[in-house]
Amino acid sequence: MSLAETPRLAACPACAAAPAAEELAARANAVEGPGTVQLSLPTIHCAACISAVERGIARAPGVRGARVNLTLKRVTIDVEPGTPVEDLVSRIEGLGYEAHELDSAALTATETDRRGSDLLMRLAVAFFANMNVMLLSVAVWAGAEGVTRDMFHWISAAITIPTVIFSGQPFYVSAWSALRVRRLNMDVPISLAIILAVALSLWETTLSGKHAYFDAALSLTFFLLLGRYLDYRTRASARSAAQELTALEVPKAWKLVDGAETAVRVSELAVGDLVRVRPGGRVPVDGAVVEGTSEIDRSLMTGESLPVFAGPETTVHAGEVNLTGPLSVRVSAVGRDTALHRIADLVAVAESGRANYNSLADRMARAYAPVVHVLAAATFLAWMWVSGGDARLSLNIAVATLIITCPCALGLAVPAVTTAASGRLFRKGLLIKDGTALERLAEIDTVVFDKTGTLTMGLPEPVDLDDLSRRDLEAALALADASSHPLAKALAKAGRERGLRPTPATEVAEVPGFGIEGNVRGERARLGRAAWVGADGVPETATYFRVGSDDAVAIRFADTIRPGAEQAIEELRAEGKRLILVSGDADAAVRAFARRVGVDEVISEALPEDKARIVAELSADGRNVLMVGDGLNDTAALSAAHVSISPATALDAARVASDIVLMGKDLSALGDAARTAVKARARIKENFTISTIYNVVAVPIALLGFATPLAAALAMSLSSITVSLNALRVR
Amino acid sequence: MDVLVWLIPVSLFLGGLGLAGFFWALRKGQFEDPEGDSRRILNPDYDEKPKD
Repeated sequence: MSLAETPRLAACPACAAAPAAEELAARANAVEGPGTVQLSLPTIHCAACISAVERGIARAPGVRGARVNLTLKRVTIDVEPGTPVEDLVSRIEGLGYEAHELDSAALTATETDRRGSDLLMRLAVAFFANMNVMLLSVAVWAGAEGVTRDMFHWISAAITIPTVIFSGQPFYVSAWSALRVRRLNMDVPISLAIILAVALSLWETTLSGKHAYFDAALSLTFFLLLGRYLDYRTRASARSAAQELTALEVPKAWKLVDGAETAVRVSELAVGDLVRVRPGGRVPVDGAVVEGTSEIDRSLMTGESLPVFAGPETTVHAGEVNLTGPLSVRVSAVGRDTALHRIADLVAVAESGRANYNSLADRMARAYAPVVHVLAAATFLAWMWVSGGDARLSLNIAVATLIITCPCALGLAVPAVTTAASGRLFRKGLLIKDGTALERLAEIDTVVFDKTGTLTMGLPEPVDLDDLSRRDLEAALALADASSHPLAKALAKAGRERGLRPTPATEVAEVPGFGIEGNVRGERARLGRAAWVGADGVPETATYFRVGSDDAVAIRFADTIRPGAEQAIEELRAEGKRLILVSGDADAAVRAFARRVGVDEVISEALPEDKARIVAELSADGRNVLMVGDGLNDTAALSAAHVSISPATALDAARVASDIVLMGKDLSALGDAARTAVKARARIKENFTISTIYNVVAVPIALLGFATPLAAALAMSLSSITVSLNALRVR
Repeated sequence: MDVLVWLIPVSLFLGGLGLAGFFWALRKGQFEDPEGDSRRILNPDYDEKPKD
């Protein structure tokens, strides 16, 4: 049955998490104590890969054994104490596969795994019992009489009672916790139907009665457990992949003690400590620069795409990326007190609004559960009156009503659709983290985009290179080649693509935080910040170049558009959504970008609070907002929105705050996601209609007392199968 | 109909055997890497530790 086909795990959870990976590569931490190391291998895909990795790693010194899990795309390596993880990573990379270290402590998947196999075991027991009891029931329906029928009923009872006690536990527990707070959920009528059906059938059997509902009680348990299990699988696979992303950011810092660097956990740092932040590394704490100059990239914090200068006395925040030179930072705040965590508080405030969302299933359950109980109770009383006090007959009819109205198909209606839809989206690279995210996505009418890192890749590329003379360009390239600054790297790359050859340069030196200088054609040349080069700044992101006493020239940069962004915007617009671009970046840059991608409404220079406020205001106007963002400055807005999406490159906090994570680089899946969500919601509603129709037909029969166990079994199986098949149409 | 006295316990026993087999497989972690296991069978290497 293709229904059971659940989405596979992360196709490439780590490929896109480049910033974190770069950081990891820079570390040389060794394994503490004996144990296992887990590495994520996002590109592994075949039988040959398995043996290549396992054999390759087994030859490494200090390795006792390795086992690849292709489903999770992960290798678990059994190592001796003191083996550097970096060696293992580079060895696998030498074999041609991407590898990233995973923080084993963060991978506490054991708890969810245990729950999964627990559910599966209950499902297996229910299936086994159901099949056996069905066989016996078929004999009874076919006309077994007298002693034979009684014997079959007794055997059914012997199988059913322990099974129902064991397999039905998830329902009883959930029903009880709802009843304790005086609420009704879907599990209350389910538990009641199962328990009453078994109790009544047992009573009937002792009186050698004609009808027993053992098979109905078991079918109910089986179908509902199946729904529960599908639901669990969808959530667990999403959770595990999200967890994997979290684990990628191993929180470590380089602490400076008497001039020597030691790797420590960020949680062990105290205010006043000195930490070293290497070029390319992320600042682990809030603090002030003590030594060194560099440029820092604040885009994840503020959305600003232009790197800012950092020198002694500059305040830096956790989450910012150091670009050019090493910095020593005096810690002024750690952990909860950092700017990073203050944003988390904003998130908590924003989130309280969304907790009120009622899923379709909840709303249905709320309307449905009381009806089921009232109907069954009314049937019992009515028949007591009609039959003149025949409790046995009345109870029989009441239980038949309860079983037939019991939301068996309803229990499958939502999970089957969600499984099919999220499986489809998973293949497109979208990871659904929240159970109700699809429903909410179907309701959106406004899309708010963040710019830097979301619609753009956060990678600059030079524009208008043709305005510069070839002579200048080739001289600039000579300097750019020597730097690892992102603007310089982008310039060098663009130059090479144009087939330019750098002019030979001598005495090239990088001045961290300012730029690069060197001798070109016998003259001193500088490439870097406006003030240092001696140029007038332009409003866009730019670097400046001057040779000797010539006029300085500006080389402008624009951010690369994320692949698929234009297509996604086009599709969303075609569906009649209102599109808004909100960015913390400078007005000119944002407007220029908005024109390029075709978004009309623009709000620039927005602070994190502003973003959340804009989203909240839109929601107050009755709009359902989809927020797409990646930065820390977006997290509050992500949580305030009706539904939110963030790319896998986003900061941890942003991914946690969003409902859907985009695993690949491509944004084009967005339009499709919105369409799939609408389709999925339509299927869920159809499923509700289908099961209601079954009820409308079957309930009068049950009420009039014509329902037999055979009718109940038929109604239940038919509606469950119809609902499952309908769900598969989403794919 | 006397044959039922034998047939029913036999069918229950066989079904139970299947159930026990499933439990065993679940406990041994045979459902942990279905993707990998389906590929490993094509691998010429001798796999001396099928579970982990």
